[in-house]
Amino acid sequence: MSILIDKNTRVLTQGITGKTGQFHTKAGKEYANGSHCYVAGVTPNKGGQSYEGIPIFNTVKEAKASTGANVSVIYVPPPFAAAAIDEAVDADMDLVICITDGIPVRDMIRTKYKMQGRRTLLIGPNCPGVITPDEVKIGIMPGHIHKKGPIGVLSRSGTLTYEAVGQLMEVGLGQSSCVGIGGDPVNGMKHIDVMKMFNDDPFTEAVVMVGEIGGSDEEECARWVQKYMKKPVVGFIAGLTAPPGKRMGHAGAIISGGKGTASEKLRVMEECGIRVTSNPSEMGKLLKSVLK
Amino acid sequence: MKIHEYQAKQILKKYGVSVLNSVPCFSVDEAVAAGQTLGGQVWVVKAQIHAGGRGKGGGVKVAKSAEQLRAFSTSILGMQLVTPQTGPEGQKVRRLLIEQGADIKKEYYAALVVDRSSQRVVLMASSEGGMDIEEVAEHSPEKIHRVTVDPMQGLTLDQAQSVARKIGVPEASVDKASTLFQSLYRAFDETDSSLAEINPLVLTGSGDIIALDAKFNFDENALFRHPEIVAMRDLDEEDPAEVEASKFGLSYIQLDGNIGCLVNGAGLAMATMDICKLYGGSPANFLDVGGGATTEKVTEAFKIMLKNPHLKAILVNIFGGIMKCDVIAQGVVEAARQVSLKVPLVVRLEGTNVDLGKKILAESGLPILSGNNMADAAQKAVQAVLAAGA
Repeated sequence: MSILIDKNTRVLTQGITGKTGQFHTKAGKEYANGSHCYVAGVTPNKGGQSYEGIPIFNTVKEAKASTGANVSVIYVPPPFAAAAIDEAVDADMDLVICITDGIPVRDMIRTKYKMQGRRTLLIGPNCPGVITPDEVKIGIMPGHIHKKGPIGVLSRSGTLTYEAVGQLMEVGLGQSSCVGIGGDPVNGMKHIDVMKMFNDDPFTEAVVMVGEIGGSDEEECARWVQKYMKKPVVGFIAGLTAPPGKRMGHAGAIISGGKGTASEKLRVMEECGIRVTSNPSEMGKLLKSVLK
Repeated sequence: MKIHEYQAKQILKKYGVSVLNSVPCFSVDEAVAAGQTLGGQVWVVKAQIHAGGRGKGGGVKVAKSAEQLRAFSTSILGMQLVTPQTGPEGQKVRRLLIEQGADIKKEYYAALVVDRSSQRVVLMASSEGGMDIEEVAEHSPEKIHRVTVDPMQGLTLDQAQSVARKIGVPEASVDKASTLFQSLYRAFDETDSSLAEINPLVLTGSGDIIALDAKFNFDENALFRHPEIVAMRDLDEEDPAEVEASKFGLSYIQLDGNIGCLVNGAGLAMATMDICKLYGGSPANFLDVGGGATTEKVTEAFKIMLKNPHLKAILVNIFGGIMKCDVIAQGVVEAARQVSLKVPLVVRLEGTNVDLGKKILAESGLPILSGNNMADAAQKAVQAVLAAGA
């Protein structure tokens, strides 16, 4: 078991004819069950062509109708990426994973507005994607560092997620699913939404939650965990040394008006029963220590 | 991206928001001439720097004669203005705004921001104008009124009027205030702003509602569709090292420590800074080389870090995913040679092709310290700094 995606997922790549889209579609196809999972690509005006044996369509609707694709991954350049999400939502995809970094906030506000009342879930933008180890990889993470196992990984960052996975592997723990929700202020699923799924997934026994400065999503998730989570959660927040008022690489990683500091997030998480560490090299060990 | 007050007022004027007549000036003579052009008996001399709190630092003065106008312009232009937002070194004043005096009856606060929890734009307004809004939020949050804007409808007249009344705008001026709020929203939306703040927003003796100050920040991701905004960028107001780094696609922020951190990925870069501190060191910078770090990028990153006179050691922390460790190792070796590196260099590699990467470092003949993991690498960097200081 896993969350969001598994070996039965059927993936279509929006932006499959671009360099990034091609590179990661090929890597995804070569990972585990990928050759069955990756079924379609979409690029306007390139319908009828193919890439690595994957048929290309002009629209998401056509691709879905022809191939049964239920999850879309987006590598479309930033000026057009929000419209690509809209198209996937209009086509009633189950899940859209938007990797693209640099989408204007104004575009995302409108896209989120249009998603109200629709069934489609969104991960990202500006995220590494989702992987269910040994089944399917949708995104830009290195597949080979993962292994199937009982730990859910949930993070706002890319390489820091890989770091958490690397540490889990060092203590002999595989992962059920690893979800990078991305570093943008206006985005799809939040920590709390993914945490609920890990709670409901019988295969997941514990969760590593990685956050960073900015916003209050980690705090909201922590309060939910305190009330409803049936499994142990450990956490780390990056940015204890980040100066206020400076955007730390990610659009959403900023301490503004004294809000969104790492110490405040860590305090609330701890208060809610999440075991936290301020040492980013001890996420794996900490998780191991809370497992029964 | 930030702009100056006078530029923000040019935008406001374009959208029909009332502002006082004013003239931006680059010299004292221009400032004196501006006083004549504007006419009247009272002018306000306002330092134009990107940081807020200018009044507290002596960067805003009311002149009641031509002599005073010249004297204040002379003292403010070129001064190193220190405000609560500039840091102790302050910011040099290179531009002035000479503005008409105003008959102020009451000061309010208004701002548009992107609210992360509702994922919408929110209009925030308060009766407590001219003050630090964060202090108002802390001590009297009930005085701040918020309304969430529907992105398809924009700020409605009803919403705008209701906010105007809640902050205590007199009934006779409610229409003027609500029109201003709606125009401000249009300006915010159409320019892809991330912040539009008017503090203070004033009620004049004649019942007009005017933006006495203005601050706009813009979404960097949207600048591609706003050449008119990009043209307002003032590089003198930005950290030269950050500007230089951005030319090479590097995200760099200078800090006050001495361990230079070169990392791939923003989250891991912050975590690397944190772990330096945890082991008793202090990070000299945040530096994210991004996904496709080439030899050229790594070399530029080294050069930028080395310009910092406080730098005592460099810690490279790479988790190679798409980026292969051997490529990064090659880049690090090449960069270290090109800049004839004198400070200790600790490198931690993990991920794709890690063994090959470590081999390249070991065989380079350079005195590179290898970190087995993040903690080990950070400890080695901290020790290297201590050893260098001894």
